[in-house]
Amino acid sequence: MSASAASARPERTLFVLGCLTTACALTYLLVDAGGQWDFVLPFRGRKLATALLVGYAIGVSTVLFQTVTGNRVLTPAIMGFDSLYVLIQTTLLFFLGSGRMAGMDPRLMFGVEVVLMVAFSGLLHQALFGGARRSIHLLLLTGVVLGVLFRSLAQFLQRVIDPNEFVFLQDRFFASFNHPDPHLLLVSAALTVGVSVVGLRLLRACDVLVLGREAAINLGVDHRRTVGLLLMLVAILVSVSTALVGPVTFLGLLVANLAHMAMRTYRHAFVLPAAALIGAASLVAGQVLLERVFSFDTPPRVIIEFVGGLVFISMLMRKTPV
Amino acid sequence: MKAFAAGLALLVALAGVSLLVGVSQVSWGALFSPTPDERAIQVLVISRIPRLLAILLVGTSLGVAGLIMQMVARNRFVEPATAGTAESASLGLLAATALAPQLPVLGKMGVAAAFALVGTALFLFVLQRIPLRSALVVPLVGIVLGGIIDSVTTFFAHRLELLQSVNAWTTGDFSTVLRGRYELLWVTLGLTCLAYVAADRFTVAGLGESFTTNLGLRYSRIIALGLVIVSLVTALVVVTVGMIPFLGLIVPNVVSLLLGDNARRSIPWVALGGAGFVLVCDLVGRVVRFPYEIPGATIAGVLGSVLFLHLMLRRDARVG
Repeated sequence: MSASAASARPERTLFVLGCLTTACALTYLLVDAGGQWDFVLPFRGRKLATALLVGYAIGVSTVLFQTVTGNRVLTPAIMGFDSLYVLIQTTLLFFLGSGRMAGMDPRLMFGVEVVLMVAFSGLLHQALFGGARRSIHLLLLTGVVLGVLFRSLAQFLQRVIDPNEFVFLQDRFFASFNHPDPHLLLVSAALTVGVSVVGLRLLRACDVLVLGREAAINLGVDHRRTVGLLLMLVAILVSVSTALVGPVTFLGLLVANLAHMAMRTYRHAFVLPAAALIGAASLVAGQVLLERVFSFDTPPRVIIEFVGGLVFISMLMRKTPV
Repeated sequence: MKAFAAGLALLVALAGVSLLVGVSQVSWGALFSPTPDERAIQVLVISRIPRLLAILLVGTSLGVAGLIMQMVARNRFVEPATAGTAESASLGLLAATALAPQLPVLGKMGVAAAFALVGTALFLFVLQRIPLRSALVVPLVGIVLGGIIDSVTTFFAHRLELLQSVNAWTTGDFSTVLRGRYELLWVTLGLTCLAYVAADRFTVAGLGESFTTNLGLRYSRIIALGLVIVSLVTALVVVTVGMIPFLGLIVPNVVSLLLGDNARRSIPWVALGGAGFVLVCDLVGRVVRFPYEIPGATIAGVLGSVLFLHLMLRRDARVG
């Protein structure tokens, strides 16, 4: 394949994906509005912004994570990152008490959570990638079990907190598209932009990382530093998406693999935007389905979990070892 | 034998403690004085003793079910909660509750068991189709399959407004056990005994299909027996108290590390260890936030996952 032919396709694919996302977004904003424009547009606009932001965060964070780990089955969610976020939130509530949390600026709170999240992901990184090279399945299983551990601990703390505080916690936790927190939305958007700016400078290094650790070092990439930095970005993006809509397990896996299939190139300059667009489009489309077809009585993660799980199993069933 | 007797004595001591822990005051003195305290005896007979029996039966049978599953799937990391069995049983229970609410408990249990059987068979079918048979792919597939089945359950539960009930089935909790509400669990004792009788067959099946056939045994029949026992036990536990995660994983693994893989030898130990594990989890859940309770399943999730990680990440872990 000549270079020009290879590079002509990705742009076109990206353009198509962009149109698709825009179409989904417009459908969501304008269909079935019933003429109440001055109410409907801001209300739906907020939800749409949330969906787009979360789709972007999930898509980008998963692709980066898969680049770092050098494998297409690992995702931050499978490795227990978002359960960790929930646990951090519960622990903060447990030690501060809802009185003090209510008085706290949600943005400050979120900042503390992100910092803790980054610190913990650093530890996890040390534990998982620092020692001897472990088999990928062991890593996966460890991640899954860590997720169970974090969830059980959060459950445990939620039981220990008194019921009134728990109600307060639930309001905070089960963030969903239906009542996104406007404060958080702004901070999240700012963080995401910041991460993207840092990420842009690492695009080339990411392309080299795909070749594997040894090759990357030979080609002059400071492997440790780059991987550490990338994982930090991933931790921030996971915090953003979990803070806005709660834990979503399989969406990242689905989106990242679809992006790789659609782009057929290793270049992150194409794969990352594709993953962001697919993530955003599938979330918005899911939202349209939920609100217009199922009329709200299904949590979005159920549909995502179902489809994503099927994709995951079919990936494992494919003849090629991952 | 001496060690087993010591373990049994420890379990009896724990059981004695478990009878005395709770909101209403019960003490041995009040029970055995010449004028026994009527209320204490009532509390004991109606609530504490049934709860203890339920704990022992669930712990014993789930441990043994995990052991059988590990022999049948020939993998150390499977158990009813990591093979879609428990999730399928919940789905079956939901179907029975939604479609035939008048069904007696026994009928609902039957439906749940049938679903559990189908779910577990599906899991084994998927496993055969996966080319890369690393030992750790097996539980991974089971957990994801469980997630898919679970999402189907959640979807319908949401529509039928039964989400609360589903949560009760998936989180094992012994606080609701009273006389008249747990007796179905005695069936698990029969199933555990059946497993003990057939123990040698499971040991042989664990050595592989050709080996089993060479000894003149029907491999497929042993597998089917194992699956039926596991599905029935899981369905019974889900219907009566709810699922306890990791139990069927930890206990058989620890026992096999100590005693090897002869089911005839290990089943009594697994039964003892399982009962002890659930009893400890339940006691911790009762004491931590006295007078409120934390479900045993939550405690089991925390303790179990830590132990499981330890088992997996040991430097000389024998994976297989």
